Amino acid sequence: MRKKSRRSLALASLLLLVVYVTPLWWIRLDAPQYPEGLGLYIWVDRITGENPNDLHTINGLNHYIGMKTITPESIPELTVMPYVVGFLVASGLMVAWSGRRPLVAVWLLVFLGVLLTGLVDFYLWEYDYGHNLDPMAPIKVPGMTYQPPLIGTKQLLNMKTTSLPYLGGLAAGLSFLTGVLVLIQEWRTGRKKGQTNEAISNAEMAASGR
Amino acid sequence: MWNRSSLMKIGYALGALAVGAFLLTECGPKKDMMGAGDAAARVYVAPGEYDEFYAFLSGGFSGQVAAYGLPSGRLLRVIPVFSVNPENGWGYSEETKPMLQTSNGFVPWDDSHHPELSMTDGTPDGRWLFINANNTPRIARIDLGTFRTAEIIEIPNSGGSHASPFTTPNSEYVVSATRFSVPIPDADVPVASYKENFKGTITFVKVSPEGAMDIAFQILTPGFNWDLSHAGKGPSDGWFFFSCYNTEQAHTLLEVNASQHDKDFIMAVNWKKAEEYVKQGKAKAWTSEYYHNRWDEKTHTAVSEKKTQVNMLDPKDCPDLLYLMPCPKSPHGADVDPSGEYIVGGGKLATVIPVFSFSRMLKAIEEKKFDGDAGGIPVLQYDAVLAGEVKEPGLGPLHTEFDGKGFAYTSHFVSSEVVKWKLGTWEVVDRIPAYYSIGHLMIPGGDSKKPWGKYLLAMNKITKDRYLPTGPELNQSAQLIDISGEKMRLLLDFPTVGEPHYAQALAADLVKQREVKIFDIMKNEHPYASKSEKDARVERKGKVVHVYMTASRSHFNPDNIEGIKVGDEVYVHVTNLEQDWDIPHGFAIKGTDNAELLVMPGETCTYKWVPKKAGVYPFYCTDFCSALHQEMQGYVRVSGASANVPLSYGTGK
Repeated sequence: MRKKSRRSLALASLLLLVVYVTPLWWIRLDAPQYPEGLGLYIWVDRITGENPNDLHTINGLNHYIGMKTITPESIPELTVMPYVVGFLVASGLMVAWSGRRPLVAVWLLVFLGVLLTGLVDFYLWEYDYGHNLDPMAPIKVPGMTYQPPLIGTKQLLNMKTTSLPYLGGLAAGLSFLTGVLVLIQEWRTGRKKGQTNEAISNAEMAASGR
Repeated sequence: MWNRSSLMKIGYALGALAVGAFLLTECGPKKDMMGAGDAAARVYVAPGEYDEFYAFLSGGFSGQVAAYGLPSGRLLRVIPVFSVNPENGWGYSEETKPMLQTSNGFVPWDDSHHPELSMTDGTPDGRWLFINANNTPRIARIDLGTFRTAEIIEIPNSGGSHASPFTTPNSEYVVSATRFSVPIPDADVPVASYKENFKGTITFVKVSPEGAMDIAFQILTPGFNWDLSHAGKGPSDGWFFFSCYNTEQAHTLLEVNASQHDKDFIMAVNWKKAEEYVKQGKAKAWTSEYYHNRWDEKTHTAVSEKKTQVNMLDPKDCPDLLYLMPCPKSPHGADVDPSGEYIVGGGKLATVIPVFSFSRMLKAIEEKKFDGDAGGIPVLQYDAVLAGEVKEPGLGPLHTEFDGKGFAYTSHFVSSEVVKWKLGTWEVVDRIPAYYSIGHLMIPGGDSKKPWGKYLLAMNKITKDRYLPTGPELNQSAQLIDISGEKMRLLLDFPTVGEPHYAQALAADLVKQREVKIFDIMKNEHPYASKSEKDARVERKGKVVHVYMTASRSHFNPDNIEGIKVGDEVYVHVTNLEQDWDIPHGFAIKGTDNAELLVMPGETCTYKWVPKKAGVYPFYCTDFCSALHQEMQGYVRVSGASANVPLSYGTGK
């Protein structure tokens, strides 16, 4: 691996540290009675309100439709995720240090696995909260379920629900993309062995989008 | 034949007639449509937008304070202060009852006169609003973060707190001077012994940086009627000016007997000197009973403390403390201009508005230009302290505020008008009618170092035909006048809560940024709080029953209670579990001789109930809280005093 690729991979790994300081995902609820909005942040290790009491308030409102109380302590993923991310950071740095090209592909596969598992898991939790409703709920609308979208906006009764990746999620995505670019570049460099150095650096420029 | 131009002339003439007729019918003086022009647009605050100023109008005989937005005149909130308010349980809930405790016991009403904003460097800062109780002498402090009365201190040795609660430039003190002189200390003496036995007092209440009030000292004065006051500022900082009437010391038919002297006084008090005298130990400790009631934000409960002593300064032992400036006749206002140099007296029976000069006053004191004394206090020569007189301003000048651009505005009760005049030349430059009989007027920050000289609010005692009639009892009113230009313009008038005796206003941002939205339930230290539904329960201790009840959308916990007996003393402690802005819950039980509770998010309030008859009593949420508000209800079963129904309770069981 070239020095530059190793440095990029190290940076990609370190970029993942952002998820420890800013949320991965953001679910925003807008309703006529909530001009100030209500929101939830999903972090790597916790769920918090956009404003300090939003989780409390959202849980209070959700009981009308029979949704289970969102208690972050009951979601085991939140205790595991910080270690998974830590592993990705550490292993990414080790791959960069080793400079062994095949390991980059392995690291990216693991990373992709984590990303997809995370998204599927998030979807399943959303599905569970949105469908698994108390039959005694005060508000029952035939055929209505309350699963928030994975990404995008959906009107759920009076709540316009918007779900988007937040800075942490974007950082993770960017980290993964950087890794992919490094891999592509390394692969191209390998194929073009024997070409002039100038051409290599041109290809580098193109691959990095500059 | 009619040619085209003669037809046009006829057309113009008809047009002019029509306009004239319109002016005659629609623009008579009574409707004051003249120049209405863009007035509507000037006071229009679009739905969802905010006013530029918060204005706090005292409620006078309502005992409360009403907050309005200016320029729209929209009522924002009525803040209960000295009068009970069944609407939200003020003075009825166990937590608020101690706030209205006095040395005369629980007093459910008062007459709130002069709101006064706390100041930093001589300008309103938006922390607190002080207000006096005229009848049972007290000063209240309202926290402008919560719009709640946070503290009430009783003023002992006073017959009525009127010249109050004016404050020093950094709110080091608020003052109270007695309107009625009385025997001090109070005693069983003939009223006719007034001259011999009756005295006045001026009280300086220290305000801590956190707002806590404490009586620092009182000054014994001759038995005059103290009316209004203002603190000096800038060069005159360290002095306070109090107007007085009844220097005749009459005790009956005051309207005649207290109107005989050509001149009464504005008294200058050197309060820095008073502080020194207190430090030197010149004050005597007087035994005087008074109450100090404070709201504890952590426990959401008022604590009432009885105090027994004040420091009393007798001017006899304190030279250079007090000076009297003669002021024609029965002055009301004692108003200090933004520079701190001029003190304007509003002699309500006078034909001039005298303006005193602070620098000339100091010089006259130095040169001992005295004209004898009154009650042992030196009287300065009128000409030696006068800066100028506004000649023939109007009838019944009362109170003056300033626009910060060199002009003063004085209300005139008898001629029912606001008169604008120039500081320095003392010339009247404009006048505008008030509908009717204006008392105080107010310019936002108009008694401070830096007025926002854009609007003036006239506060009127009589409204007669100004609004749709409502029988013999009519609301009083406030009128918003544009003072941004050379000529004053009436923009708006609106009825008010109680008597809008006086007001204070300031830029909205100074208050808006402080607003508390909810009380943090984790910080609720009320001894009977239930911080979650798990804490909900009922406990009996003999005949006393404590109900730990939670309220959240849309149920109470517990909502079924049995085992209460006739004659039990039941305390229902309702905690609102919401942590969401503007979601209060209410609470009331059928047939209780009590008012309802309105419980704010995170707060605990207590409802006392002594059931008199066996039966089933519904209770419910009285503040529309949610789609299922109507379902937010419960039952208490009350059994006979000797019944054996066991105590039980719950929700959803």
